[in-house]
Amino acid sequence: MSIGAEPTTTHRTKGPKPAKPDKQGKETNGVGQDRRAKTQGKWATLLIAPTLILLAIVILYPVINAIVMSLQHDQGLDPVTGTFVAGGFAGISNYIGWLFQQCASPSGGTQACSPGSVGSQFWSATYTTFFFTVITVVLETILGFWMAVIMARAFRGRSALRAAVLVPWAIPTAVTAKLWFFIFAFEGIANKLFGTAILWTGSAGPARAAIIIADVWKTTPFMALLILAGLQMIPADVYEAAKVDGASAWQRFTQITLPLVKPALMVAILFRVLDALRMYDLPAIMTGGANDTTTLSLLVVAQIRNGFNSAAALSTITFLIIFIVAFIFIRFLGANAVESAAGGKGKGK
Amino acid sequence: MSVSALKTPAFDSAPKTAARNRARWASGRTYISAALILIWCLLPFYWMIVTAFREVGYTFDPTPFFTHLTWDNFTTVFSTDLGNHFARNLLNSFIIGGVTTVVALVVGVFAAYALARLEFRFKFLVLGVILGASMFPGVALVTPLFQLFTNIGWMGTYQAMIIPDISFVLPLTVYTLTSFFREMPWELEEAARIDGCTQGQAFRKVIMPLAAPAIFTTAILAFIAAWNEFLIASQLSNEDTKPVTVAIAYFAGAQPHQEPYTAVMAAGTVVTIPLVILVLIFQRKIVAGLTAGAVK
Repeated sequence: MSIGAEPTTTHRTKGPKPAKPDKQGKETNGVGQDRRAKTQGKWATLLIAPTLILLAIVILYPVINAIVMSLQHDQGLDPVTGTFVAGGFAGISNYIGWLFQQCASPSGGTQACSPGSVGSQFWSATYTTFFFTVITVVLETILGFWMAVIMARAFRGRSALRAAVLVPWAIPTAVTAKLWFFIFAFEGIANKLFGTAILWTGSAGPARAAIIIADVWKTTPFMALLILAGLQMIPADVYEAAKVDGASAWQRFTQITLPLVKPALMVAILFRVLDALRMYDLPAIMTGGANDTTTLSLLVVAQIRNGFNSAAALSTITFLIIFIVAFIFIRFLGANAVESAAGGKGKGK
Repeated sequence: MSVSALKTPAFDSAPKTAARNRARWASGRTYISAALILIWCLLPFYWMIVTAFREVGYTFDPTPFFTHLTWDNFTTVFSTDLGNHFARNLLNSFIIGGVTTVVALVVGVFAAYALARLEFRFKFLVLGVILGASMFPGVALVTPLFQLFTNIGWMGTYQAMIIPDISFVLPLTVYTLTSFFREMPWELEEAARIDGCTQGQAFRKVIMPLAAPAIFTTAILAFIAAWNEFLIASQLSNEDTKPVTVAIAYFAGAQPHQEPYTAVMAAGTVVTIPLVILVLIFQRKIVAGLTAGAVK
């Protein structure tokens, strides 16, 4: 209509060529774009500022606080004089303490932490955390892929199935932990079903198995839905073409499905890995960290009441470990979640 | 193949029958797989509900059906005789989850609009920061906040849980909404602008009503995330303010060293059923919201 045509006409006189509005309705010729970008920039700053400020308050401030704390000695009684001391600057001694599992000795120096104390568990907790992460994510990827492939097929009751897989996802992890704790109770249904008499939370192997099963049950649906979303992006005619060319089912899977679903799959794995590295709820509720199920998060919480500052050092180490894993993932394995979230760096969808 | 060929009287239809048989076998396998997934996902949930309705004396009865039915467990859950205050815990969860969701939405909707719609420098960086924030480990917040809140007397208050909850609910809100907003028919906004609306007016009068379903879905996801939070609440709440997740984890039974399984399963049923109903009703939208941003 005439109203709609007017701005275009005015622009036409400015630009050398008739400007064709691009997909977002933005003029692509010089002057209009410049002014537009400036006002958009101002708007964007205004709209985004509250979120960034709030995130700075709730994340950045505590993190800086934690780093400052981690460089201080814990408050406590002076081992020599028996008087209360306020701590003071400690340099990186808290970090050294964790990494080499050194605790304060009564004579004022440091010594190896006594077995069983919180300080002696850093490396075992790190191992446990990575053990849980690798096993759960591998199981969840395989199971999730299988679930996604089934859910992608056309059959009656498909939407019912998609609704059903959301049930474990919606249940709070604390409830999941209690539910599986009950299932794995000595007199519980798991032992009765398999005719076993295992004290599931009583020793390392079964306790870890119980936590892994609970975690896989709870989070595979999330994985499956992310992979399913990736599968649905693959056009059906690609498969048809491959079939016509005589590709076997296995070839179609390895040559078409896997490469095309890889971006979505990598993002799903990245999400799950970072989530698994901070695992807390399941071991905290199911075993309380007993029998080699203490993860790094559990260790930090156990330390909080022993001393804020060394707990802060440990939480900073945990954060760094997660950060490094995320970096490796994004850098070397191509799980570029940011790029896909940004719509392919503004290249359009 | 040869077997099916022998069975069919007309020779020319033999390959067709084989193909049909193969298709039937494939669809049969699909149904078997679907049934396995269904059982794996729903059976533990079903077992929780069966146990919730079972008499305490039959806690470990392996009968797979609803037997020895009773409401007693639910009475136990809400009774305060053993020192549990489950009704209070439910209210606390609603307060913490509700306030967190509202704050995250009110703040996040503007950022999501800008990220989805406007062209500006550092957009990529802002998205990276927000996505990174959503993956931030809660345990790295608990330690400094524990000391901070102790110093300023906020331990056990609602804000002591709402503030750290915002750290993961706000990023979730922003990037879910951003992906939803990218899919919306923005030509209408352009039309409103041309008809004389300012950008603000276009946002309020045209975009907000259109965006309502997206915002509602995001609100559900945000609320579920806050409702399910355990780590922060277990450290920073007290008896009066602790939410249901913490209450269920440390539910007190009649005997000190005996887990009150049936009551805990009843409590689990109470907190889970509303979520499950919500999820089943809005299944399509929730799946879209969950996977938003990951694939597009």
